[in-house]
Amino acid sequence: MPFRFGHMLGIEALSAEEILFLLDQSKPFQEIQRHPLKKLATLRGKTVALAFFEPSTRTRISFATAAARLGADQMNLQAESSSLKKGESLLDTVRTIDAMKPDCIVIRHSSSGAPDFVAQRLPLPVINAGDGTHEHPTQALLDALTIRDRRGTIEGLNVTILGDILHSRVARSNIHLLSKFGCRITLCGPAMWLPRELECLVPSGTGIRRVTQINEALEDADVVLTLRVQQERLHEPALALDEYVLQYQLTPERLRHAKPDALVLHPGPMIRGLEIDPAVADGPQSCVLEQVTNGLAVRMALLFLLIGGSESSSDRESAHAAD
Amino acid sequence: MLLISNGRVVDPTTRMDAPRDVLLDGHRIVAVAAPGQLDSRANGAERFDARDMIVAPGFIDLHCHLREPGGESSETIETGARAAARGGFTAICPMPNTRPVNDNASVTRSILERAAEVSGVRVWPIGAASLGSKGEALAEIAAMKQAGIVAVSDDGRPIATAKLLRQVMEYCHALNLPVIDHCEDSSLFAGAVMREGKQSVRLGLRGMPAATESLAVGRDVQMGVLTGCRLHIAHLSAHESLEFVRSAKAKGLPVTCEVTPHHLTLTDEDVQYDSSYKMNPPLASREDRDALIVGLADGSVDAIATDHAPHEPALKDVEFDRAPFGVTGFETALGLVLELVHAGKLSLMRLVELFTSGPARVLEIGRRIAEGEPGDLTIFSTEHKWTFHANESASKSRNSPFDGRTFRGAPMATVVAGRLAYRR
Repeated sequence: MPFRFGHMLGIEALSAEEILFLLDQSKPFQEIQRHPLKKLATLRGKTVALAFFEPSTRTRISFATAAARLGADQMNLQAESSSLKKGESLLDTVRTIDAMKPDCIVIRHSSSGAPDFVAQRLPLPVINAGDGTHEHPTQALLDALTIRDRRGTIEGLNVTILGDILHSRVARSNIHLLSKFGCRITLCGPAMWLPRELECLVPSGTGIRRVTQINEALEDADVVLTLRVQQERLHEPALALDEYVLQYQLTPERLRHAKPDALVLHPGPMIRGLEIDPAVADGPQSCVLEQVTNGLAVRMALLFLLIGGSESSSDRESAHAAD
Repeated sequence: MLLISNGRVVDPTTRMDAPRDVLLDGHRIVAVAAPGQLDSRANGAERFDARDMIVAPGFIDLHCHLREPGGESSETIETGARAAARGGFTAICPMPNTRPVNDNASVTRSILERAAEVSGVRVWPIGAASLGSKGEALAEIAAMKQAGIVAVSDDGRPIATAKLLRQVMEYCHALNLPVIDHCEDSSLFAGAVMREGKQSVRLGLRGMPAATESLAVGRDVQMGVLTGCRLHIAHLSAHESLEFVRSAKAKGLPVTCEVTPHHLTLTDEDVQYDSSYKMNPPLASREDRDALIVGLADGSVDAIATDHAPHEPALKDVEFDRAPFGVTGFETALGLVLELVHAGKLSLMRLVELFTSGPARVLEIGRRIAEGEPGDLTIFSTEHKWTFHANESASKSRNSPFDGRTFRGAPMATVVAGRLAYRR
């Protein structure tokens, strides 16, 4: 099945078949991570622009490593760099990057929709590396890859997402993705972080519920996705950290309410002793480090599909025309 | 002399809906009569054949932003007035949030002087309620009234505290000026860029609930009871707010409200990552939109106002959450409200009322087509097909969510003080 998108802006617009295709395409790149020599020449001569308008460590390094292992060159723009500090507009910044002729631009931005904004204005593939509180599609894909590796399938699982759902782009992308595979999704956290409207986001018929009691939320779960508690969010309105730990920290005792072999995922960075007990983070059910490795595979697959497949500019244009 | 012949005169004040010729001389209407009867008197007059057109009293827009002084890269009095004339408006009320703020008589006078030089339509400024619209001390309201303001408002932000609102309303009651409030609870508004709901959650854009507006409307109505001052609610968008206005009217309080064409047309479900859909109050729910349409028809809503809020592309062509609030509105207003007439949701008479005698009542002035009245007329077609292209707008700005929309019905001529200010 051909990959019909010119960009990767979010999970919402993808079909289950397209997601499975992306996961299948990631398989060979998972293999490569186990080789002693990990560098390919697939994208030699291509350039990936990494435009991180919001500070990021792991996602930026993951994309940079993915590009490097495909043999691509990189352009790096970081939030701390001067043009942004000087107040240049997003449009002028990305036009400048585009004028240096990269083959793809990877964008992380604190404004929801910034990658869509750029994709509408630049003639090159855009990958969303996390935008505001909207989507973080590669995170959801690497989570799905991790779940499928361990469970053999992502169909029909009970998935509990724990934490600040309202402000989480990871939660949104995962809800979109998992609901396309008939998963039953339980959202759990302080009530003001569980918007009722999320229930309307998924296709009708999808099981999705809001639960404020953690033990109830974990009951029978196949997968527990723990979100980072963004400490900056605790101030709007203020919620005491201790209060969160008391009610929602994922501890071994609480995890026993889930299925015995339930998987524990965390997108990182993980704050031990806040949202997750160290015993869970390091326990046999934790997939945290596999997620990181799978992130490389998913991002290599995406870069390969978006810029590796088209050798000529006419291919590039047709990819856009199909979007 | 100007003779408007063969048109269908629709005048809500006199409830006239009949073929009439209208003769204007100097600044005034001098005669209204059956077609053909004024021909001899109109010998040598300029003629406008209004066959198949509606001849209405001049449209009044109670709410717009002309950006001059201080924001001339987005709009000037000249360009804004030209766009207004193309939209059929004969009189427009610019809000005081210019730089400097219109909070004293010298700014008011400079706006009026500029308008007299460059504007083809009447410009009726609205003065600030508080100095600098900062919500602290009262603006020089009496002096501005002498200079020519028609109302006061701190539009762009609400009148900050109940205490200040009380003082403003007491003071304006004595001056017989209406107080126009942009109703918003600042704490609920903080940081939000659209209405809270399914779409805001989907897009990851911070939402504000309907209560952001209705809480403030409730406060204002209470203050109307306390002071007796005329209160006009700007750009009302939520059905809960409309309920407050409805019950205030039922009690006989002097409370009025306006609704914008975009809130009658679009909902939060239409919002995309395009700042042309970003305005304040934000696009509301479908339930709200439908309630506003009912309010238009049943008389709860007094006026259509555009809230024409131009912002130059450099300001608007940015990330959604960083863009300023506001959309242009003069040129699309009539076409949008005519859609409701064509859909059978609003009578033509009521449409004309909402653009003419409705807003006139808010300002306590008359608006009708009769001998001796000011020569302001809006002549429009209910059928003329056209497409709005933002980049062909007379406004300096392009921030319209209706770019590319095709309309059935359009302003055909705008007559101000007996002269054609615009002709299609």
